[in-house]
Amino acid sequence: MSEQASQKNEFHLPNLERQPFEPRALQSIILSTLTFCMAIIACIPLFSVLIMLLYRGGKRITFEVFYALPSTAFDVGGGFGNAIVGTLFMVGIASLISVPFGILAAIYLAELAPESKIATVASFCAKVLSGLPSILAGVFAYAAVVLLMGSYSAWAGGIALAILMVPTVMLTAEEAIKMVPQPMKEAAAGMGCTPAQAMLKIILPVAVPGIITGVVLAVARAAGETAPLLFTALFSDYWLRPNEPTASLAVLIYNYSGMPFPNQIELAWAASLVLVLLVFILNLISRAIGRRKTV
Amino acid sequence: MAEYNSLQRSQSISKPPTAGDMLANRAFRVLTLVFTWSIVLLLAYILYKIGGRAIPAVKEYGLGMLVGTTWDVNARTFGILPEIWGTLYSSLLALILGGFFGVSIAIFLTQNFLPRILETILRSIIELLAAIPSVVYGLWGIFVLIPIIRPVADFFNTHFSWIPFFSTSLSGPGMFPAALVLSIMILPTVAAISQDAFRAIPHKITEAAYGMGTTRWEAILRVMLPTAAGGIFGALVLGLGRALGETMALAMLVGNSNQISLSVFAPANTLAALLALNFPEAGDTEISVLMFAACVLLLITLLVNMLGALIINKTGIKR
Amino acid sequence: MEATATETTAETSIEAVAQATATGTADLDPEAITLDCQAEKIFYGDFLAVRDSHVPIARNQITGFIGPSGCGKSTVLKSINRMNDLIPGFRFMGKVYFHGMDIYDKKVDPVAVRRNIGMVFQQPNPFSMSIYENVAFGLRLNRFKGNMDEKVEKALRGAALWDEVKDKLKNNGLSLSGGQQQRLCIARAIATEPRVLLMDEPCSALDPIATRQIEELMVQLKERFTVAIVTHNMQQAMRVADQTAFFAVDISRGGRTGYLVEMGATKELFANPQEQLTKDYLHGEFS
Repeated sequence: MSEQASQKNEFHLPNLERQPFEPRALQSIILSTLTFCMAIIACIPLFSVLIMLLYRGGKRITFEVFYALPSTAFDVGGGFGNAIVGTLFMVGIASLISVPFGILAAIYLAELAPESKIATVASFCAKVLSGLPSILAGVFAYAAVVLLMGSYSAWAGGIALAILMVPTVMLTAEEAIKMVPQPMKEAAAGMGCTPAQAMLKIILPVAVPGIITGVVLAVARAAGETAPLLFTALFSDYWLRPNEPTASLAVLIYNYSGMPFPNQIELAWAASLVLVLLVFILNLISRAIGRRKTV
Repeated sequence: MAEYNSLQRSQSISKPPTAGDMLANRAFRVLTLVFTWSIVLLLAYILYKIGGRAIPAVKEYGLGMLVGTTWDVNARTFGILPEIWGTLYSSLLALILGGFFGVSIAIFLTQNFLPRILETILRSIIELLAAIPSVVYGLWGIFVLIPIIRPVADFFNTHFSWIPFFSTSLSGPGMFPAALVLSIMILPTVAAISQDAFRAIPHKITEAAYGMGTTRWEAILRVMLPTAAGGIFGALVLGLGRALGETMALAMLVGNSNQISLSVFAPANTLAALLALNFPEAGDTEISVLMFAACVLLLITLLVNMLGALIINKTGIKR
Repeated sequence: MEATATETTAETSIEAVAQATATGTADLDPEAITLDCQAEKIFYGDFLAVRDSHVPIARNQITGFIGPSGCGKSTVLKSINRMNDLIPGFRFMGKVYFHGMDIYDKKVDPVAVRRNIGMVFQQPNPFSMSIYENVAFGLRLNRFKGNMDEKVEKALRGAALWDEVKDKLKNNGLSLSGGQQQRLCIARAIATEPRVLLMDEPCSALDPIATRQIEELMVQLKERFTVAIVTHNMQQAMRVADQTAFFAVDISRGGRTGYLVEMGATKELFANPQEQLTKDYLHGEFS
């Protein structure tokens, strides 16, 4: 019936057919291709870095690099066992400082007095700190710790890293606590919990996966930081002594990358591979926890 | 009265919180409050420490350091204009590149160009770009990127040297490789926040656009981009903030040369790189000047980051 | 079902003739049907949302779609200008003839379809730009080269909004009230003079006064456009629609599949429904 209708249609029939050479069709094709290419290009650096790490770093990775000390300039062999220990130690100190600090402040911000003036100010300060260039954390730790102790040390490095971790831990913990459903919080209060009991027994256990995600991400970021360690922990060719200059993977990569000796450059690549693997594994862990999160 | 007594006798388990509970609650509250205050004090202390150490330098050399162009420890002449210029120039170049790619990728990831699974993979790849430590990018820049772009740079220098941007040749490290690596490092930031901005567009607006008979790109260019403009601008400003404060990639790639040049192939220096390179071996006076440089860097990044946060807040995107 | 469909079509035709003669815009019966939607099956993924719904829409009339929620009336409406293509997993089996051309034909560009069949949505959705730019949006999109101001004014007048906004055309469209926003959306839709205007519960987010204004507007609009409207409000259908299609949900096969129960001239359908289901629904609705 309608086919007949169309035949006798008195209206001018609008053209509904696809017209691939119309300007807007061409525009679509060109822009889509362009963005597609840009997405591909943006992926190249990641793969290039990973391939180079596996190729150049993988060649040099032996069991020895994990337990040996760095060799002297013209020697071959050697490793960066002390740098691995140093990185772990300093990130450990930073976590010990920043995790309780960040979580306790987050509890106050998210739950105990979110509307208070101090909460607004503190949350603003945390945002400012999260944008602090990492080298300035180093400058601060130098002024506050190194000059005070009279020596470069693992402590100074750890404190510099802690300053970078605090805002990340705090902001993600605040977010995680706020995500706990309101009815659950009300139920706890309704049962006659004091705010502290409600927080420790009900809210925190629910928020833990979210908090851990943030902590692990902060740890991953701190492990790769170089700038704050350059003139706080400095570097060392010996095993860890916390009151003295301390080696770290990141600073080792920086120092060795500028050296004219092939062995050191190879070690820099190997150390990069170890560092990137460490950071990626931490990232994967944080993602896995983040995905399991039920609330 | 009788009723009250019977209630008393019914041996309810419910009791008011004990004194211990109340005390614990108070202690908990005070503890969290102390740490909340600490974050404010920490920021104040950081500003005080860096600022305080910079004062001797300001007293001795004055604010003329801001416009001085030579850095000579022996002659006791300190000027950080080349570093300020290098910081701004490298960040701006990185922002142009990284911002362009970042926003395009945000469009690509939010406007249904890809099946879900590919979208997730691409998003993860972009996020992982941010996870690689900057010192590793520096290493990669020295041994992979610079050798690759040198022929390209030579080509531009020989054929287009009349354009000020290409007026010198690339002899290893320089502004261009540094800015390139920097743009890779800020791309994930820009892409992530821009994606949030695109996702925050209500579905009814998308529907209205397509309902008017737009093609996908007409919808993106005429409706989505203007609607998300505030958030994208915030993303770019925060990306700029990251670039300004980045240290290692620049210290390793920018060439550490105190000169002001428009040429993207010339070596240069930045505030952060200056700090990284000179701090470990600096004497007292030099330390104070470096603290002054740190103050300048702090001021620039603070301003930019606060501006970015303000814009993001205004647009109401949840971060 | 088949029988019903044919029957309603026949009825519609008679009604259309009557209407056409009355208004004098069209002379013969079949031509009066601008859009002929023959939805056999509409899927979202594996979910069968609508089956066997044949809805002819006559020129310069208002066709109302009514029925309980989940009966697929919106789905059918949005299939008519291929808005559903935006939903992943959407599949349309059947045909929609628009001036005799099947808009689900492979050769057809859905974008071109949407430019000729305008749509007004449930929620007012003006773009975040000036009132003027909102109305001019479609004109610019179609690279209109004439007098833009004149067209914008005409569309705003057509949407009964001109007097309220003529002094603040530069203001953001979002600064208007809900009812004004919805009329702005109507102005935006009619500025390019599409053949058909689809309205998906256009008054559901509005207060009674704004609703009345939009209803009056619809009656004016049908002189220039062919209108199809989904409404959950029976009285609204009675007030504005010339033809009414009643949809229901079939839960007999496990899913919740919507289908067309019957269709006819509004007065006829409400006064004298042919199907028991329609009777029950109208009865339940009015008591």
